[in-house]
Amino acid sequence: MKSRPSALYDVPGPRARRRNVLYTVLFLLALALLIWWVARSLADKNQLEWSKWDPFFTDARTWTTYILPGLKNTVIAAALAMAIALPLGALLGIGRLSDHAWVRGAAGAVVEFFRAIPVLILMLFANAAYAEFTDISPETRPLYAVVTGLVLYNASVLAEVVRAGILALPRGQTDAAKAIGMRKGQTMTHVLLPQSVTAMLPALVSQLVVIVKDTALGGALLNFSELLASVRPMSANYGANTIASFTVVAVVFVALNFALTTFAAWLERRLRRAKKSTGAVVRVDAVEDLATPGEHAGPADVRADGRADDRN
Amino acid sequence: MNPHQRKLSRAGVAVAAALALSLSAAACGDGGDGGSDGDGDKINVGIKFDQPGVGLKTPDGSYTGFDVDVATYVARQLGHEPGDIVWKEAKSADRETMLQRGDVDFIAASYSINDERAKKVDFAGPYLLAHQDVLIRADDKSITKPSDLNNKKLCSVTGSTSAQNVKTKLAPDAQLQEYGGYSECLTGLENGVIDAVTTDDSILAGYAAQDQFRGKFKLGGFKMSNENYGIGVQKGSELKARINSALEKMVSDGSWDKAVQKNFGPAGYRNEPAPKIGTIAK
Amino acid sequence: MFDFLTGYDLLGAFWVTVQLTVYSAIGSLVWGTLLAAMRVSPVPLMRGFGTAYVNIVRNIPLTVIIVFTSLGLFQTLSISLGAKDFTTINFRLAVLGLITYTAAFVCEALRSGINTVPAGQVEAARAIGLSFPQVLRLIVLPQAFRSVVGPLANVLIALTKNTTVAATIGVAEAALLMREMIENEAQLILISVIFAFGFICLTLPTGLLLGWVSKKVAVRR
Repeated sequence: MKSRPSALYDVPGPRARRRNVLYTVLFLLALALLIWWVARSLADKNQLEWSKWDPFFTDARTWTTYILPGLKNTVIAAALAMAIALPLGALLGIGRLSDHAWVRGAAGAVVEFFRAIPVLILMLFANAAYAEFTDISPETRPLYAVVTGLVLYNASVLAEVVRAGILALPRGQTDAAKAIGMRKGQTMTHVLLPQSVTAMLPALVSQLVVIVKDTALGGALLNFSELLASVRPMSANYGANTIASFTVVAVVFVALNFALTTFAAWLERRLRRAKKSTGAVVRVDAVEDLATPGEHAGPADVRADGRADDRN
Repeated sequence: MNPHQRKLSRAGVAVAAALALSLSAAACGDGGDGGSDGDGDKINVGIKFDQPGVGLKTPDGSYTGFDVDVATYVARQLGHEPGDIVWKEAKSADRETMLQRGDVDFIAASYSINDERAKKVDFAGPYLLAHQDVLIRADDKSITKPSDLNNKKLCSVTGSTSAQNVKTKLAPDAQLQEYGGYSECLTGLENGVIDAVTTDDSILAGYAAQDQFRGKFKLGGFKMSNENYGIGVQKGSELKARINSALEKMVSDGSWDKAVQKNFGPAGYRNEPAPKIGTIAK
Repeated sequence: MFDFLTGYDLLGAFWVTVQLTVYSAIGSLVWGTLLAAMRVSPVPLMRGFGTAYVNIVRNIPLTVIIVFTSLGLFQTLSISLGAKDFTTINFRLAVLGLITYTAAFVCEALRSGINTVPAGQVEAARAIGLSFPQVLRLIVLPQAFRSVVGPLANVLIALTKNTTVAATIGVAEAALLMREMIENEAQLILISVIFAFGFICLTLPTGLLLGWVSKKVAVRR
C-alpha cells in the first residue's frame, strides 16, 4: 500500500525534488516555530516546572492510586457496554433483515432513534432515571448510567454493523443453504451469523475505540471515576498540575486506543487475505458511517468482496 | 476449517477472553466494596477526596485534611480505631442520598448545615464556622472588598452556589467561569487569566497551604456567608448525640486547635473559634 | 403540563447547538481538506504530519480535547480568540476543539473519496502538464467531494451530536440546559423526550437531505 507510487504526482525530477526539499524545510520551520512558542509560553507560566511533572515519572504511587484505578473503570465500563450491546445489536440487526414488515419497522425505528441522539443525552437521562426510580447506590450509579447510555447508543450502531456483516456475505451462501433445505432461522443461525461474526470482528474492535472515548463523558459530567476524572484528585494533590495531568491522561487514552485501532486494522488485513473463506469483511472505517441515522451511501460503504478493494 | 479461519477464531477467543477477564474484574471490584460492611468494628465515613486541607486522597492511598482529622477523632470516640474506618467519597450532590440509604454512618465533607438539607438528614455539630471567601494572587492589590470583584474574572466549580451568590448579590458585573474542579480554577489563577476563585475559605486555605503554592495566593477575608460545617447522620439517628459529645471533647482537649493549625495554618487562615454545638451562625 | 418550561431558554440552547455545528462544520471542512491534501502530497514530511495528526486526534476522547482548549489554550497560554467575555471565549474555544477533532474524520472521508477517482483521470491531467496542486484542485477534489457527500453527511451528523461535549466547559448548549433542568425540575421523562426530539429534528433531516444530495451528485461510473 505504502510502496505504491501515487498517481497524483510524477516521480519527482531534479527541480521537483529541490522544491520538495524547500517545502519540507519551510514546513519543518513552521512546526518548530509553533512548538517553540508553545514550549516557551508554557515555561513562562511555570507549567514545565519539574515539580508539576515529576510525580508521573518518579512516584509509582501516582499511577497505582489515581491513574490505573481510573483506567480500570474506563475498561470495565467499555467492556460491559460492548458485552451487553453486542447481543442486543445482533437482535436488532437481524430484526432489520426480517421478512416481516412490522419486525423490520420496529427494529428500524429503535435503531434510527438511538443513533439520532447524542450519547451524552442518553447518559444524563439514565443517571437521573436511576437516581429517581431505583435504589442503586450513588457510588455505582455513574457506572450504571454510563454503561446504559453506551449500550442504548451502541446497540443500534452494532445492529447496523451486524446487518452489514450479514449483507457482506456472498449471496451464494444463502442460496446454498436454501438448496440443502434449511429454513430461514437455520440459515441465519448456522450459516450467516457465524460467518458474519468473523466479517464483523475488525469493526467491533474499532467500535470499542468509540466506546472507550465516550466513557470520558461520564468522567466529565456524571462524576464517574474513570481515567479522565482521575485528574481531579491527582491535580488537587500536586499543586494543581492540571496541564501535566491532562497531558499524561491523554497519552494513556491515545496509547490504549491506538493499540485497539492497530489490532482492528491487522484483523481486517488478515480477513482480506484469507483465501478460502468468503473474504467478506465490514470495513473498519465503515463504522463511523454506520453510527449516524439515515441511509448510507458512498465509497466508505460495505463491500461484499474485500479483495477488489485494494485501492485504499 | 482452513488455517486462516482457525487463526481468526483464535483471535475471536482472545477478544472474548479479554472481555470475560475485565468483566470478572468488575465483579470482583464490586464484591470487595460490599464485603467490608459485614464486620462489626468497621465504620463507613463519607469525606471529600479532592479538597486539600479538608479531605484529600493522597498518593499512598491514605487521607488527610481537617474533615478527616475530625472524623477520625469522632470515630475513635465511638469506639472505632482509625484502621477500622472505611473512607468513602461523598460528592456534594450525593451526600443526602448516601445517608438516607445507609451507605455511610456519618459524613464529614465540608457539609454546610441548611434548612433544606436538615429536612432529609440530621446534623451533629457544627464543628467549624467557615465563610465564603475568595482566593486571589498574593500580589493583587486591586481586590480589597467584595464589590471590587465587579468586572473581575471569577472561577468556581459547576453547580456551586458560592459563585452564583457573588454574581447575584455582591458583584453583578463579575464574569464567571465554571469548571469540574478547583484545580482547573487554580491553573487560571496562577496564570493570571482568572482573578479570583471563590468558595468556602477552609477549602481555599487548604489549597493555598500546599507546598507548591506557598506565598503565591492569599485569602480575601471577605466573609461573604456563614457556612456551619456539620456532621451529617441519618434522620433520627442516635449517633447525633454521641458525635456531639465527641466534638465537645475534641475542642476541650485541644485536639481541635491542633487539627486547625495542622491543616490550615500554613495559609495564614484566621479561623473562627470552635463553634458551640447546636448554635448555627446565620 | 409544560409549565416547567417557563424560565428556560430552550430554543436559545438549541440555537447555540446549531451555531456550534455550523461554525465547526465550516472550519473542519477547510482544515480537513488541507489535512487530506497533506496526506496525499509529494512532500514526505507533510504526509507524515497528516498521518500523525489523524492517528492521534482520532484516538483522543473529544472531551479531553475540549477541556484542553479551555485549560491549555485559554487558562495557560492566554489564547482568548479575540473575545473578551467568558461566554464568547468558551463558545469559540469549543468550536476550535470541535474543528480539531472533526477535521480528522473529514480528512479520512476525503482521502477515501480521492481513492475512488480513477487513475486514468489523474494520469491524463498530468499528461497535459498540470502540477500537483492543479491536479488536486481541478481534477481530483471536485470528483472526490461529489463521491463523499454521503460519508461527509455522516460526519456532520456526528458533529451535531458531538456539540453536546461543549457542556464540559460551560457552553450553554442543549445538553447543559438539559442537565440543569433535570436537577431543578421533577419532570425527568418529559424533559428527556423534549431534548431527544430536539436532536432528532436536527439530525434526521440532515441525514435525509444529504442522502438525497449524495445520490444526485454521485459520479456515475
